Amino acid sequence: MSTLLQIEGVGKSFGGLKAVQNVSLSVTEGRLSALIGPNGAGKTTLFALMSGFLTPDTGRVVFAGQDITGQPPHLNARMGLTRTFQIVQPFAAQTVRENIAVGAHLHLPSRAQALAFAESVASQVGLTPQLDKLASDLTVAGRKRLELARALATRPRLLLLDEVLAGLNPQEIAEMIPVVQGIAQSGVTVLMIEHVMQAVMSLAQEVWVLAQGQLIAQGTPAEVTNNKAVVEAYLGHGTAERLQKNVAQAQMDQADTARAVQEAQA
Amino acid sequence: MKDFRNIALFVLVVGAVPLFTDSGVMLNFVMTSLYACLLSQAWNVLGGFGGQFSFGHALFFGTGAYVQAIAQMQWGLSPWVALPLAMAFAAGVGAFVGAASFRYGLKGSYFALVTLAFAEVFRILATSVPFTGAGVGLMLPLKESATNMQFGSRAGFIWLMLGLVTLALCITAWLRHSRFGAYLQAVRDNEDAARAIGVNPFSVKLIATILSGGLMGAGGAFYVQVFQYIDPGIAFGAHTSVEALVGAIVGGMGTLWGPILGAVSLHILADVTRNLFGQLPGINMVIYGVVLIVIVMFLPRGIAGLGTITPLQWLRGSKSDGDKP
Amino acid sequence: MLDFNILFPSVLNGITTGAVYALIALGLTLIYGVLHIINFAHGASLMVALYGVYMLKQHFGVDPYLALPIMVPAMFVLGYALQRGVINRASHGKDENILLVTLGISIVLENLALLFFKSDTRTIETAYTLTTVEIGPAFIALPKLVSFAGALVVSAVLLLIVQKTDLGRAIRAVSKEKQGARLMGIDVDHVYAMCFGLGLASLGAAACFLMPAYYVNPQVGNGFVLVAFTIVVLGGMGSFAGALLGGLLIGVVESLGGLLLGESLGQVGIFVIFIAVLLLRPQGFFGAKA
Repeated sequence: MSTLLQIEGVGKSFGGLKAVQNVSLSVTEGRLSALIGPNGAGKTTLFALMSGFLTPDTGRVVFAGQDITGQPPHLNARMGLTRTFQIVQPFAAQTVRENIAVGAHLHLPSRAQALAFAESVASQVGLTPQLDKLASDLTVAGRKRLELARALATRPRLLLLDEVLAGLNPQEIAEMIPVVQGIAQSGVTVLMIEHVMQAVMSLAQEVWVLAQGQLIAQGTPAEVTNNKAVVEAYLGHGTAERLQKNVAQAQMDQADTARAVQEAQA
Repeated sequence: MKDFRNIALFVLVVGAVPLFTDSGVMLNFVMTSLYACLLSQAWNVLGGFGGQFSFGHALFFGTGAYVQAIAQMQWGLSPWVALPLAMAFAAGVGAFVGAASFRYGLKGSYFALVTLAFAEVFRILATSVPFTGAGVGLMLPLKESATNMQFGSRAGFIWLMLGLVTLALCITAWLRHSRFGAYLQAVRDNEDAARAIGVNPFSVKLIATILSGGLMGAGGAFYVQVFQYIDPGIAFGAHTSVEALVGAIVGGMGTLWGPILGAVSLHILADVTRNLFGQLPGINMVIYGVVLIVIVMFLPRGIAGLGTITPLQWLRGSKSDGDKP
Repeated sequence: MLDFNILFPSVLNGITTGAVYALIALGLTLIYGVLHIINFAHGASLMVALYGVYMLKQHFGVDPYLALPIMVPAMFVLGYALQRGVINRASHGKDENILLVTLGISIVLENLALLFFKSDTRTIETAYTLTTVEIGPAFIALPKLVSFAGALVVSAVLLLIVQKTDLGRAIRAVSKEKQGARLMGIDVDHVYAMCFGLGLASLGAAACFLMPAYYVNPQVGNGFVLVAFTIVVLGGMGSFAGALLGGLLIGVVESLGGLLLGESLGQVGIFVIFIAVLLLRPQGFFGAKA
């Protein structure tokens, strides 16, 4: 399995703030991976650096073997690297079909073909009933699907999804997860930023954890959620120890109770 | 498709008018209306479809006008050769202003300001430089003949302008049904989202400016042929810039027929006003200004948008998308 | 040719004009900094104020400087009414609409003036119009010196209002965080209108200072609008210090430009600077965010 996206030592500062510091990771082709971390960790900044919306101060971004550091987003899209936005960015005055068609046009110059392809992509994400609705008339969940569909229409090799589940209720999340899964299964490599742990656990094959601009852990979802540093990053310094102490205490209490019960029965 | 069929219909109906009437008033009205249509259509390409509001579109108008005059008077060219040349020069100025503005990421008010500034610069330069006739302007020698693009009757001018308006309509229809048009409107509606899915905003906006400038330049060249006179105030002044943009906005930005509806409506309004109040200086523009404010206040999608907005929405006033969760 | 005796008066003249430019730009900065709108009607509003001063002198014999207590409140009321009654209603919260509405207002004002006053250029004559004061090798017209001083005083007053009064505090709150200010009970619409009123009030003052040494016609606003914008962009949108310094600088540039290139081409220099700043450094030199 080859590496599709590789970032090496990437860093970006805004004034005095080091948003991203010396981050290196490689995304394997065909995998669905996740990038997690507490708010303000720099995840969206990292996406912006990967997709060309920001130019890194240090380091390189290599996609499919080519150095794309600082290359503008539209050229990256042409090479097969597309991103979505945390706060959805629909073309509000256009219909769902027209929205998706813009993405489809990347590889289809003909208007008729692009519109037709837009229809098929819409069915992939479950938007068929809304094809002729204005994007501004969609619910949040609908707009998230539209964002996804539009990016999908560019036939990406690597899809960067920025919090595609944010703002959705549990029902909508449950409906969206299979859609993302379907995309990954169709051969698209997916890297998603996510806060919804249930999705990360069930979807991701590999997880990176970013905190305060730096990579602090990497591995399978299970490995990463058991990682002390990760717990601390989310819940604060000393929490991991406290949790362990609580667990140890609970185990001891349980043993005491079991002994007491045994003695009482004897 | 439907658009081109409608355009053909339009051409047949309007083109037939000179064959059915001799009335000087009617013919003059049709000619000046078509002229106003072209200006608004030109603005609409960049403003309505591209979302870049130019407040100094007279820049391209004046360039076309002066080139049309100078090409005949100083380079001895036939006006039929000068016309495409005028359009090319205007398009070239569009390329220059567009490249500079978009290269540096100018948008919104800043872009409007910069176009205004460029128009002013050109106006001042035209006032100071001899080959544009300085403040006095240029007067095209009278020589009536079809080969000299100075038609004896309004009919010739009507058919000429109809041709240009048809060109503008075809370009606009193309914007509605092509990849380029889809890309242009995507950049208008959300530039970052467009970039993420493969659109190059710079080149798309630049081409739109070139097309818009070229069409506007044709309007300037036409003006010179009809009125045989041009000076810096007419060429680069606010009046022309305003006329172009108000017509497009009143009629409906980003639509095919909007600018035509708007330009003709305003034209009729101006005529009615002139009949009621006489030839008062500035009254036209006051009306344009008031109409602009009223349309923005009550009918932001213009006349063409009347069908798309329900009366209840109209009464409540359309909310901006920014208010939605 | 470029010796001190010729340059110095030119620079001095530029500074005196520049102070008035700065006052005009200050109003625009206030409006932009708080409402975040580029007021295309600023030049036309100044023109209206100039006609106001003209009328007061021609028909009521009121000296322009004495007209301050009339013009300033009158322009304030006009500004308040325009913002509350027209701009706020028409904009529906969208920037592009505000752009078009202020453009519409400027068109209406300019052409109403054309309707009522025709396109003639008018000036007023006062007892001191031709008095000059000697400063070194320069002879500066007295009205210009008065306007220099006046403009600085009014600018100071404006700054004091914004910094020290309750209104000023409300204005600063609204400009930083509109929703938060609303939650604190501040009537945002009222503050917006007050701000716009202040911006136009400063134009009323500027008109009183300008009229004795200048002229008015319906188109005069256009020239001022671009100059004012140049200053505001140069100094950095939203920066008062920038507007002040920018005003003085532009006044000098215009004066020297006129000296070296002739009156009309001198103006071109300003616009070229404007375009250059917009393209190369839109945040200006004392930039608040652009």
